[in-house]
Amino acid sequence: MNLLFVILLPLLGALLPPLAIRFGRSASAWTAAAITLAALLFALEPLTTVFAGTPLEAHWAWLPQAGLDIHLRMDGLAALFVLLILGIGLLVILYARYYLAERDPMGRFYGLLLLFMGAMLGIALSDHLLQLLVFWELTSLSSFLLISYWHHRSDARRGARMALAITGAGGLALLAGFLLLGHIVGSYRIVDVLDAGDLIRAHPLYLPTLLLILLGAFTKSAQFPFHFWLPHAMAAPTPVSAYLHSATMVKAGVFLLARLYPALSGTDPWFFLVGGIGLATLLFAAYTALFQHDLKGLLAYSTISHLGLITLLFGIDTPLAAVAGVFHIINHATFKASLFMAAGIIDHETGTRDMRLINGLWKYMPHTATLAMVAASAMAGVPLLNGFLSKEMFFAETLHLSALGALSWILPAAATLAGVFAVAYSARFIHDVFFNGEPIDLPKYPPHEPPRYMKIPVEILVTLCLLVGILPAFTVAPLLDLAAGAVLHGPVPAYSLAIWHGFTLPFAMSLVALTGGIALYSQRHRLFALHDRVFPEVDARALFWIAIERVMDAAHAMTRALENGSQQRYAALLLLAALAAIALPLLGGGVPLGGPVPAAPIDALTLLGALVMMAAAILTVVWQRRRLVAVVALSVVGLVVSLAFVRWSAPDLALTQLSVEVVTIVLLLLALYFLPQQGPAESSPLRRGRDLLLAAGVGGGVGLLAWGMFTRPYATIANYYVENSLSGGGGANVVNVILVDFRGFDTLGEITVLAIAAIGIYALLNNLRLDMPATDAGGRPWSGERYPLVLAQLTRFLLPLALLVSVYLFLRGHNAPGGGFIAGLVTAVALILQYMASGIDWTQQRWRLQYHPIIAAGVLIAAATGAGSWLFDRPFLTSAFGHFHLPLAGEFELATAMLFDLGVYLTVVGVVMLILANLGKLTQRCAACKEGE
Amino acid sequence: MMEAVAALTLAVLVTCGVYLVLRARTFPVVLGLSLLSYAVNLFLFFTGRLVTGAPPLAGGSAPVADPIPQALVLTAIVIGFGMTAFVVILALRARGELGSDHVDGREEER
Repeated sequence: MNLLFVILLPLLGALLPPLAIRFGRSASAWTAAAITLAALLFALEPLTTVFAGTPLEAHWAWLPQAGLDIHLRMDGLAALFVLLILGIGLLVILYARYYLAERDPMGRFYGLLLLFMGAMLGIALSDHLLQLLVFWELTSLSSFLLISYWHHRSDARRGARMALAITGAGGLALLAGFLLLGHIVGSYRIVDVLDAGDLIRAHPLYLPTLLLILLGAFTKSAQFPFHFWLPHAMAAPTPVSAYLHSATMVKAGVFLLARLYPALSGTDPWFFLVGGIGLATLLFAAYTALFQHDLKGLLAYSTISHLGLITLLFGIDTPLAAVAGVFHIINHATFKASLFMAAGIIDHETGTRDMRLINGLWKYMPHTATLAMVAASAMAGVPLLNGFLSKEMFFAETLHLSALGALSWILPAAATLAGVFAVAYSARFIHDVFFNGEPIDLPKYPPHEPPRYMKIPVEILVTLCLLVGILPAFTVAPLLDLAAGAVLHGPVPAYSLAIWHGFTLPFAMSLVALTGGIALYSQRHRLFALHDRVFPEVDARALFWIAIERVMDAAHAMTRALENGSQQRYAALLLLAALAAIALPLLGGGVPLGGPVPAAPIDALTLLGALVMMAAAILTVVWQRRRLVAVVALSVVGLVVSLAFVRWSAPDLALTQLSVEVVTIVLLLLALYFLPQQGPAESSPLRRGRDLLLAAGVGGGVGLLAWGMFTRPYATIANYYVENSLSGGGGANVVNVILVDFRGFDTLGEITVLAIAAIGIYALLNNLRLDMPATDAGGRPWSGERYPLVLAQLTRFLLPLALLVSVYLFLRGHNAPGGGFIAGLVTAVALILQYMASGIDWTQQRWRLQYHPIIAAGVLIAAATGAGSWLFDRPFLTSAFGHFHLPLAGEFELATAMLFDLGVYLTVVGVVMLILANLGKLTQRCAACKEGE
Repeated sequence: MMEAVAALTLAVLVTCGVYLVLRARTFPVVLGLSLLSYAVNLFLFFTGRLVTGAPPLAGGSAPVADPIPQALVLTAIVIGFGMTAFVVILALRARGELGSDHVDGREEER
């Protein structure tokens, strides 16, 4: 359980700092620190177990059928990373409190930082490939947000996008690689994968798997040629750089190499790919770092170079090299984080990061200078500092390699050369910044020491560099042993952490690197000139953006090709696709069209009804341009549909269809008032023929489907509903009981949809201005006599009667045809009749009701009825009913379902009235605006 | 025979509906959608088969028509009205904003 809390605390705790910011910036920082500390506390118990020698596992079932469970595991390697992530995270939180300016939103910063921390812990502790990938992507996303933290700056936005594009693409490759790996092993658990190393290496899919996984690791760890996003990510605030781009996120790539080392290493492709890329990155970045003028740029390239070194160590593929790799992960994290923090302090106090301006800071900030110089010496590999130890192990390993045969001297030579450059750029960091004359035109002058607490994290890290460098056996040895054991998945070879091994070849290489580096730096002016002349700036960023632009252009071209803005074309393509999808299997599959069920004989009346319906539908099409007539034809279809419901035992449907028909036709007529009443003849005969063909195809398909259905045997689950309607729902009208009881939740959803549609329509009608025609299509002016007297008088008498009918339909709905939907429609029809016969003004003077509250009340009553069953410890929407006896009235039944039905009733009335009354009001508003003109 | 006629009616309704949906002006499209929703409702209703004179009322001993498609179609009819209303108002709004009742909001270039 503790393992889960270690991850969940920062992930969920990410919400707190943005909330705590209202109590001040320190409160926000303290919240973040407290959450990190709590995670560290939860990690303590697992850590002690791991240090005692047993890896800790935890498992929660999620989708065991799909092999998707939550698996966490802490072994030595995971323990190392948990310590790095939480320890350095804590220091970064303290540092950032003083680094961020007053105007920077600190709550957001700490929230994102915690989110990232949780994701990173997830990577370290996952024991499932896909789960690891989820956290992997989460680190990409949160780092995107952190890099673009100053989102008002375009370089931050671009740098963030570039980082996301590169690491995100790598993440996709990694997903594919993980899927292949899981396929090979038959399990996605990492422990299983580690045990299956021989199986994986012998598998024909080994090479693609390796390539894809390496693509993921290399993009994340900024290996050549994917390195260029890291320098541009330096647009992030320096605490982010110190945390993500030195200690943690970029280490995720090498973590993956270490994690899967037992499963993937030990082959030629591994040696050449990992070793080769590592070596290229090491050399290229070490060289480039020297020529950066930006303080953080230098550190960024040096980070890339050191990551290359670690990659190369894993690529060398000997147990000792792997130990050295793990060791260098630890050392690099400590000295590089402190260097970034020192660079941030310098930036903070001088206002610039340009090393051509920053000179001679020793005089102004000796304390910071001392710390930075120690850390930079560790980066250079100066004895008595931690960087020296791992670098010497690295040199020693390059010497033992014989895989390259006669060319074996290349690797030690290249390593020494990289060492020379590392010393040179470290020397530049020290000399250029702290000595080398006086500062030039600093934006902030004179610089001075930063706040006390800003230096504490640097001091702690530098002390660690020293302690590990001088007393390795008493400090880092147990952790290194444990982590290396986990990486090797077996016994750790004997190695010595001593500072002095005698005058050996690796020591000689260190000496060459030190002297050579200082010599190189002393010649820097000539070197810079040479560099500028020989290597004109290749701007990887420009190339990247050109590539991105190409992709965007291609995407736009594709969109343009598919979307020409013609809705007719979309509809036709969609229908054609549907037709093809249904027709192809029917044509090819040999499915018999008809079934064994014989057809029933037809009576004359039914045949007549069918003929009328077909004729009316065809006339709707024929008269479609004479729109008023087309509406009349359409209403005939609707009427015959309701007759069909009567014919085949569906009285509820017939009532519903009939009343909906009335409101639909009223709606269409109202709309027609604002639309041209004659449609233009614009489709060519060819187009009409094509459309007709398509329509006939779709229609014929539906007809055949219906025929196929009719002639096949009929099976239903309806008996359950019919049998339990009375006993379970307390009603005899099964349709209504299904609506308000068995499937009440569906109905609740449906009336909610209706309510939303009505609100949407209300919004669409808001501020709508439409031309009102003065005459009808035939040029005759509309009658000024708006409201015919006879109709007005008759409807006034009819209103109470109609309302009474709707009450009757409502009350009996549970046991006989009727119910909330039908009663609501009947009420709406009765009210609309008043609007139509007597006008909006007249009606509204007498009927001062807003329809929004009615809709709201309806949905709320229905929902509250459902929620009411919770009071009785029953599931949502459980209905209850009972029979009561009233004197005079006699026996009657009350059911909670009736209350639910009341909600339905109110919603339907409100929706229909809201739509039609507001559409009707449009005539008034437009008349008013016309007169105002 | 009855079933064949019912299937044929559906075919004609769908054909007319689809043809109208493919027109270039909003109003015929609305008419077409209405025809299509009639057809769809009928089709769903027909999945309970053509049962005569036996409305789904519980309590009797005789078999009754299938209530499930009926319950489904009942709400479908009401929702269908909501959808038609929405499309109609959308068409009005489009005409108000764009000054045309063409489905693409602009007259076709010729």
